[in-house]
Amino acid sequence: MLRLETRKEPSRLMLYATPFVAVVLTMLAGVVLFAALGKDPAKAVWLIFFEPLTSLYSLSELIVKATPLVLIAVGLSLGFRAGIWNIGAEGQFTIGAAAGGAVALALYDVQGVWVLPAMCLAGTLGGMAWAAIPAFLRVRFNANEILVSLMLVYVAVLILGLLVHGPLRDPEGHNFPESRLFHDAATLPLLIEGTRAHVGALVALAVVAITWVLLQRHMIGFQIKVLGQAPHAASFAGFSRPRLVWFSFMVSGGLAGLAGLIEAAGPVGQLVPALPVGYGFTAIIVAFLGRLHPLGILLGGLLLALTYIGGEGAQIAMSLPSATTSVFQGMLLFFLLASDVLVNYNIRRVARGPAVAPVSEAEE
Amino acid sequence: MSDGALLELHELTKRFPGVLANDRVSFSIGEGEIHALLGENGAGKSTLVKMIYGVLHPDGGEMRLRGEVFAPARPSDARKAGIGMVFQHFSLFEALSVAENIALGVSPELAAGDLRGRVIEVSGAYGLQLDPDRLVGELSVGIRQRVEIVRCLLQDPRLIIMDEPTSVLTPQEVEVLFETLNRLKSQGCAILYISHKLEEIRALCDQATVLRGGKVVATCIPRKETAKSLAEMMIGTTLVPPSRQAGEIGPVRLRVERLSLESADPFGVDLVDISFEVRAGEIFGIAGVAGNGQNRLMEALIGERPAAHASSIVLDGEEVGTKGPAERRRRAMCFIPEERLGHGAVPDMSLWENVVLSGRERRGLTTNGFIDVARSNACAREIVTDFKVKTAGVSHVARSLSGGNLQKFIVGREILQAPSVLIAAQPTWGVDAGAAAAIHKVLLRLAKEGAAILVISQDLDELFAISTRISVIAGGRVSLPEDVANLTIEKIGLAMGGHQTGGAEHAQA
Repeated sequence: MLRLETRKEPSRLMLYATPFVAVVLTMLAGVVLFAALGKDPAKAVWLIFFEPLTSLYSLSELIVKATPLVLIAVGLSLGFRAGIWNIGAEGQFTIGAAAGGAVALALYDVQGVWVLPAMCLAGTLGGMAWAAIPAFLRVRFNANEILVSLMLVYVAVLILGLLVHGPLRDPEGHNFPESRLFHDAATLPLLIEGTRAHVGALVALAVVAITWVLLQRHMIGFQIKVLGQAPHAASFAGFSRPRLVWFSFMVSGGLAGLAGLIEAAGPVGQLVPALPVGYGFTAIIVAFLGRLHPLGILLGGLLLALTYIGGEGAQIAMSLPSATTSVFQGMLLFFLLASDVLVNYNIRRVARGPAVAPVSEAEE
Repeated sequence: MSDGALLELHELTKRFPGVLANDRVSFSIGEGEIHALLGENGAGKSTLVKMIYGVLHPDGGEMRLRGEVFAPARPSDARKAGIGMVFQHFSLFEALSVAENIALGVSPELAAGDLRGRVIEVSGAYGLQLDPDRLVGELSVGIRQRVEIVRCLLQDPRLIIMDEPTSVLTPQEVEVLFETLNRLKSQGCAILYISHKLEEIRALCDQATVLRGGKVVATCIPRKETAKSLAEMMIGTTLVPPSRQAGEIGPVRLRVERLSLESADPFGVDLVDISFEVRAGEIFGIAGVAGNGQNRLMEALIGERPAAHASSIVLDGEEVGTKGPAERRRRAMCFIPEERLGHGAVPDMSLWENVVLSGRERRGLTTNGFIDVARSNACAREIVTDFKVKTAGVSHVARSLSGGNLQKFIVGREILQAPSVLIAAQPTWGVDAGAAAAIHKVLLRLAKEGAAILVISQDLDELFAISTRISVIAGGRVSLPEDVANLTIEKIGLAMGGHQTGGAEHAQA
């Protein structure tokens, strides 16, 4: 019989080990799953987790996919640490892309080094504006931010559709619902010629570094951690919850908006209705996989990017269903949350029955 | 023990880290007897009944139910043996009906039968009118308690444990409850009645066992005692204030004037027109039974919930009623909240981070918003050394410390901020005697150095030992303060039980 015992202090070792445990368990579950589907499990796991690491092109794609994931997840992690749940990064991503893209299209005839910064600013502000809705409703009316932010995702996607069907539609595009291609001054410079890896990756790295410092050394990071771990202690210390709600929504919304703009001005190069592909949701997994820690999120973002690319590769090579990628991402989160129990608990083997020893002695 | 005993406890002992919660407790309850378990908070009443009900397991001693050894491993064992319990805090789902709630709390066999009919039958038999189809959310507190009692009665108990049943009831509801309990008694059901309300116990109970510091200190027949004598048994007769060198009493440092605050939760106690002042060099005590507005008062004093008027709280001549905790700290007001883990300290943060929590302003632990880690560590080490906190190091998390050690750390953290006004709630709650004495010494020294100290406590021993004047908080009102020298146990005990001493309505001049 196994029993869980509370640890005196959370285990540091387990804190860092459980993400790896989760990855291994996901692979094992994948093996079972593919075997049940009648596919070669070893080959599938190889294709998903290892094959993308073997060529420069797929490595560069890894960076392309990891960039928005890391940007969004770092922002979300601040709120998550404070117990403030912005689930609608996908919507902020979409509005950010639309706002930044609109600037690019408005400046279609203008060249200049300031075009891209203006787009980035617009994208960030767009994401912040979209995140301001749940933040305001939470602070003012105590509305559940999870529901509000989540529902606004669908509104945002429809707004993007509206824009590319209407005002932002390419005048020479034969009525296809997409914008003009951004011109060169409005497109992110590439990091590696011949691939799609762009300077957005550097932005993501910078954001990781800044957030890490904020969380480790700055009072705002401290306030966020206290609010998340002990809300009552936060009010004892005099930290204002509404201010932290605003702060975390503005940061996460702004970064998601920036990620949206980077996606539009980077690999995609225009506004299309299919721009939001779920990075905003996957970033939630990334945030938790990375232990809400900026460096962990960097690794988590790369791992999830790997499952995207590997999943696609496996779909093509082994004609697997397209849900493969989502299933893997879901399993990853599932196993991570499940193995988290090891951080705060020890597993002990117990002879038999619950702790009634002193009583049963008395009975004999 | 007598032959007719229903339940006998023999030298029951329960130890928690750092405290002996029950120390060889023995007494017996007869069939059809209403037996009072009397004692202050922390005397070990809850621990004891939890062992009878199978929630906790004794470390030593044994129980006998009708002569048979009784060792319930879990509450369902106790229920099977005919012991029911009505908790102080109800476990009911507001969105479910009465019958559904009852079905959830009884054995599956009982729930599967004609439960609705049984509920009507039992509630009729005991005069506890109850409509099984009403939603619990629509019911008053008194009726909700009825649901709990009926749920208990459905299992044909021989003994019902009632934990502070009247603490949430209106006087009228109390009367109805007493009728019910007497009817139960006449049908042979025994009741173990936990309370610290002396008049109630005198009116209701046949026998009383008085617990103090985990030990049985007296047994008596409550009807033959007075409220005063019961209070003395409960509190102890050692309430003579120690001869304290009369310190220099200086000017008023903290003035609370006509402070009113509505409770955020519907069953909480509102603060009504509270006025008092604390002078430099004195320790001012506020006594009171838990749940009479202490938490609300603490929130208001810390500034977690700002008062409506700035003039409600005046700190060294400055109105701070609407200011938050950080601004009050900047003006040298510090706080020791009752709850150590989760309020006074963040459980999973290191000791040095917990220093930053309240000490960042007064100890200068931040520059431009960045935390000075080295300085914070040094401050934490200073606290650990000065206040003899037992810990392996200041990078360990707060929750790894024992209760007494963490309390010493928190007290040290606040005192090293050199407060001119210190507010402490239950500063020695659940702390071993050695640590408690150390904390008292530190508070007395701080007062002697000219600070104004307010101690809110349920522990009368503590208040008598350290404070110069004492008020009583009851029902959200604070009575006029009395000098400790003029106070009698009877006076204070009665005021704590809710009797107005006449001072509550008057605002202090």
